[in-house]
Amino acid sequence: MLSFEHLSKTYADGTRALSDINLTVHEGEIVALIGGSGCGKTTLLRLIAGLDRESAGRIRLDGETLTGPHPAVGIVFQEPRLLPWLSVFDNIAFGLAGLSASEKKQRVTHALEKTGLVEHADRWPRDLSGGQQQRVSIARAFVTNPKVLLLDEPFSALDAFTRASLHEHLLGLWEETRPTVVLVTHDVQEAVTLADRAVVMRPKPGRIFDELPLTLSRPRDRTGLPFETSVRRILTALDHSLKAPQEQPQRERDRQAAALWW
Amino acid sequence: MISSRESAVTGQATSSAWSSHEGAAALAAPTSTEKRRVFDWRILLGFFLPVAIALLWEGAVTFGLAEGRIVPPPSRIIATLSALAETGELWTHAWMTLWRVLVGFLIGALSGIVLGALSGSSQTLRQLLDPTLQALRAIPSIAWVPLFILWLGIFEASKVALIAVGVFFPVYLGIAGAILSVDRKLVEVGHVFRLSRVQLARRILLPAVLPEAVIALRSGLGLGFMFVVAAEFMGASEGLGYLLVDGQQMGKPDQILAAIIAFALLGKLADSLLVASTKPLVRWQDTVREQL
Ligand SMILES: Nc1ncnc2c1ncn2[C@@H]1O[C@H](COP(=O)(O)OP(=O)(O)OP(=O)(O)O)[C@@H](O)[C@H]1O
Ligand SMILES: [Mg+2]
Repeated sequence: MLSFEHLSKTYADGTRALSDINLTVHEGEIVALIGGSGCGKTTLLRLIAGLDRESAGRIRLDGETLTGPHPAVGIVFQEPRLLPWLSVFDNIAFGLAGLSASEKKQRVTHALEKTGLVEHADRWPRDLSGGQQQRVSIARAFVTNPKVLLLDEPFSALDAFTRASLHEHLLGLWEETRPTVVLVTHDVQEAVTLADRAVVMRPKPGRIFDELPLTLSRPRDRTGLPFETSVRRILTALDHSLKAPQEQPQRERDRQAAALWW
Repeated sequence: MISSRESAVTGQATSSAWSSHEGAAALAAPTSTEKRRVFDWRILLGFFLPVAIALLWEGAVTFGLAEGRIVPPPSRIIATLSALAETGELWTHAWMTLWRVLVGFLIGALSGIVLGALSGSSQTLRQLLDPTLQALRAIPSIAWVPLFILWLGIFEASKVALIAVGVFFPVYLGIAGAILSVDRKLVEVGHVFRLSRVQLARRILLPAVLPEAVIALRSGLGLGFMFVVAAEFMGASEGLGYLLVDGQQMGKPDQILAAIIAFALLGKLADSLLVASTKPLVRWQDTVREQL
């Protein structure tokens, strides 16, 4: 179980990227984070991955407070971030340094099979297409069997067709060990395809605006009515998250500022 | 610049015409054959100008249009070179020069790599080292010559020291700069997998800087050859630089030109060896390599 308690992040330049985030993600749950640009989604993932430190509050994984990169947390970045000097095989094996050669080979081969990359095992990353590179990146995160997997718009640079096939690869890998997944996306369809719950965020400062459970059965039929309804509900929430906050809190803050001034 | 781009364009045009002729087979074939064609063509093009000028000059001297005493024709230079080679003189001089460059290069490159790595990987060390080294770099290296002679004598030590100084700075700057410019995104991958500092240096920083390190070493080697000439000017009885000085004092322009050609061949040879020996390390990067 992954939980955020009063989590806040203010960058050195004073940007309030996150403010008082409270959320619990259950074990094996897939949560989609949706929200306008700049509402702190990437910041939240970086905090969980231990790449940045929170300004206040804490993140707990099964009761343990996270203070840095954790072995049970894996991340797939928006760009593949493969190491260009390693072959596809070695890139996937990058996080398996502690294992024996045979164990390593077995795990990587399995991941290669699951992501359909077997024939590319010995190639350099530069010889792969964008979608193939992103698959390597996903495989690299999965082979370490993380308890928590973070995905930051991993498919946003890909065309709809490639994206759909990567969704299948991702779900295929997820089925095996059922890690907890936090997926950042701009694509509402993607959220409804993959997630058990959509969390809509709102910017300035980044906060949680709304949560919508997505209880459709898997595999999900993208053409069915329930799917459409879910998409519409998220879009509506997203719409409100971008419009609503301007009025109320802004006036409230102005009044406070005025009170202080006078 | 323009001409090379033009030839690249024509090269592409011919190769695409070629592939459309061959149809599907050509599409399936790797592009390396096409690349090699373009490459060969360019090498030939590069030979054209010097060969044409040499032939013209040779003709002009043979037919009495020019005298050829101050600027000897190619045939005389080749004759001088082969005469020097036959007596074995050429090899002793070339070997001497090569040895000096090698020792100077090793000393300069090693210290450049060590100090470059230190100042590239630690902010404190950079603030400690870099200002001094940058100030020293501003001194024209030849200005050290009198001091080196006073300190180290007129024999090998002072020559090697001068070459080492020449090699040091490009290597130092290249290595430090390469480490500083390693992509933060790749370093973060290392952090996510919880690499220690040493592991991070070995598994991410080192491979990431290799291509630029090779370039730094190559420019260091080039400067090494520049400085060996200066070093051999300051009084040597052996070495290609000595052949130059001797040729000037004895009024033998063909010997000077022969020595210059030997320098060119030696420098190119050393550079090619360096490139070939580092190629396996940067094979993954050959997109950049092909442009060099
Ligand atoms: N290193 C940083 N220093 C200062 N401010 C930052 C830094 N990184 C992000 N920010 C700011 O924090 C806020 C949240 O950024 P973040 O990258 O988390 O947004 P996001 O929700 O991922 O947006 P997008 O959907 O566009 O990727 C933004 O206002 C951004 O300008
Ligand atoms: Mg982002």
